[in-house]
Amino acid sequence: MTLYNRRIWRNRIGISLSMLAMSLGLIALMWILWTLFSKGFAALSLDLFTQDTPAPGSDGGGLRNAIVGSGLILFFSMLISTPIGILAGIYLAEYGRVSKFASFTRFMTDIMLSAPSIVIGLFVYALFVVTTGGFSGWAGSLALALIAIPVVVRTTENMLKLVPTSLREAAFAVGAPRWQVSLKVTLRAVKSGVVTGVLLAMARITGETAPLLFTALNNQFFSTNMAEPMGNLPVVIFQFALSPYENWVNLAWGGALLIALLVLAVNIGVRVVFRNKVKH
Amino acid sequence: MPDQAMPTGENAALQVRNLDFFYGDFKGLNNVNLDIAHKKVTAFIGPSGCGKSTLLRTFNRMYDLYPGQRAEGQILFHGKNLLDKTQDVNLVRAKIGMVFQKPTPFPMTIYENIAFGVRLYERMSKSAMDDRVEWALKKAALWGEVKDKLQQNGLSLSGGQQQRLCIARAVAVKPEIVLLDEPTSALDPISTAKIEELINELKSDYTIAIVTHNMQQAARISDFTAFMYLGELIEFNETGTIFMRPGKKQTEDYITGRFG
Repeated sequence: MTLYNRRIWRNRIGISLSMLAMSLGLIALMWILWTLFSKGFAALSLDLFTQDTPAPGSDGGGLRNAIVGSGLILFFSMLISTPIGILAGIYLAEYGRVSKFASFTRFMTDIMLSAPSIVIGLFVYALFVVTTGGFSGWAGSLALALIAIPVVVRTTENMLKLVPTSLREAAFAVGAPRWQVSLKVTLRAVKSGVVTGVLLAMARITGETAPLLFTALNNQFFSTNMAEPMGNLPVVIFQFALSPYENWVNLAWGGALLIALLVLAVNIGVRVVFRNKVKH
Repeated sequence: MPDQAMPTGENAALQVRNLDFFYGDFKGLNNVNLDIAHKKVTAFIGPSGCGKSTLLRTFNRMYDLYPGQRAEGQILFHGKNLLDKTQDVNLVRAKIGMVFQKPTPFPMTIYENIAFGVRLYERMSKSAMDDRVEWALKKAALWGEVKDKLQQNGLSLSGGQQQRLCIARAVAVKPEIVLLDEPTSALDPISTAKIEELINELKSDYTIAIVTHNMQQAARISDFTAFMYLGELIEFNETGTIFMRPGKKQTEDYITGRFG
């Protein structure tokens, strides 16, 4: 066999192996999606949005309380984590590039990024739920915010680091103090990147279950009171999927589909934001 | 070009005295002494790495942004040392503006690009701000091209227009001195000619210090020229003299293209 032929065969083997690896991953993903879509769409109905979670043994029911509860918990956790995350990111990128405190913060953020979410749930349980005397929507928001903050911090910092030095210097050159340079010039230059980070953080916490088990718990009735235990999709899915009632299991599939669609929508949204950025 | 009196203490906008500059342990400037003449154009030439940009960046303390960089000596501005820790560096930069090599419009509208710097130090009505924006854009010879699109993003302009926007932005704050760090090296010849023309007009109101790689440019637009090499000021004189009858061999070698 000539050297040239050998190279061709090596190339073919290499491509085949990587195609095989790719198909294995893709098959697993498609299988999950197919199961989710077929069972989830079967469970979709108007009742899903208009009725509350059913009591054990009763027929029908929907996920209205869980959908609204998840929405509220997500909304408030993003309300907490977005400003904290962005400001901390600005601190790391603009103020504390080389300070010891900044490297410590950066290190802790990285640890938080990979911390198991159940640990964060337990942390909020011990510090917040126990001291305030009960499970609540606020505790749930807080736990999810703690997971979202490091994601927002990291993306904000990384985006700000992409701002060319010349732009930052130009802003300083007209006599702007550092906070004006950061908020009005450099942050604005990477606005779409930071928005992307916030949206991805939201996608990340949308399906989190473990932290909510210890904090928001669940509520089978419709409630918008954040100081009380609150129904939410992940915990409802967790409880209903393992139940013996057929309507519960169906609702769990419906809830799982809703979460998957929301995450999909967020990811598409991110792409749209980025595409608009390129056009200016 | 007619011979001009060399700047002395009284008619100098900036007086540089025994200036040393350090990048960490590396000494970037060595005992520089010169005066920047009031309402004249002073050009800095020399091969890459000779310290001309470094010198320019000490005039508005741009090096302050970077830990490890420090300047020693004196730069007198209205009788006070700019390098003093007690000087408010933001105020210094409002009085001594700067335009960079690459156009750097802020990510905002053309109008806001100008108004941003003005708002930092002056409180004024909307109509007064409109007037100021128009005034600055006219100063930078850009008004005619952008007056109908002030609300467009500054990044939508061409490179040459962006650079004139940056000049308008620097002028709008009403500085006394404008520093230009190779302002035309990223531009095409026509935009370059426009900027040079502009510099010529601006010097009736402002003191201008310009760093340039282009010796013809220095000869065309400047009143005084400083030749720098390896962190030292080799020769500083009236521009005609530097180019026609340089006093030092190194200067002559550089301007005749023997090295650099």
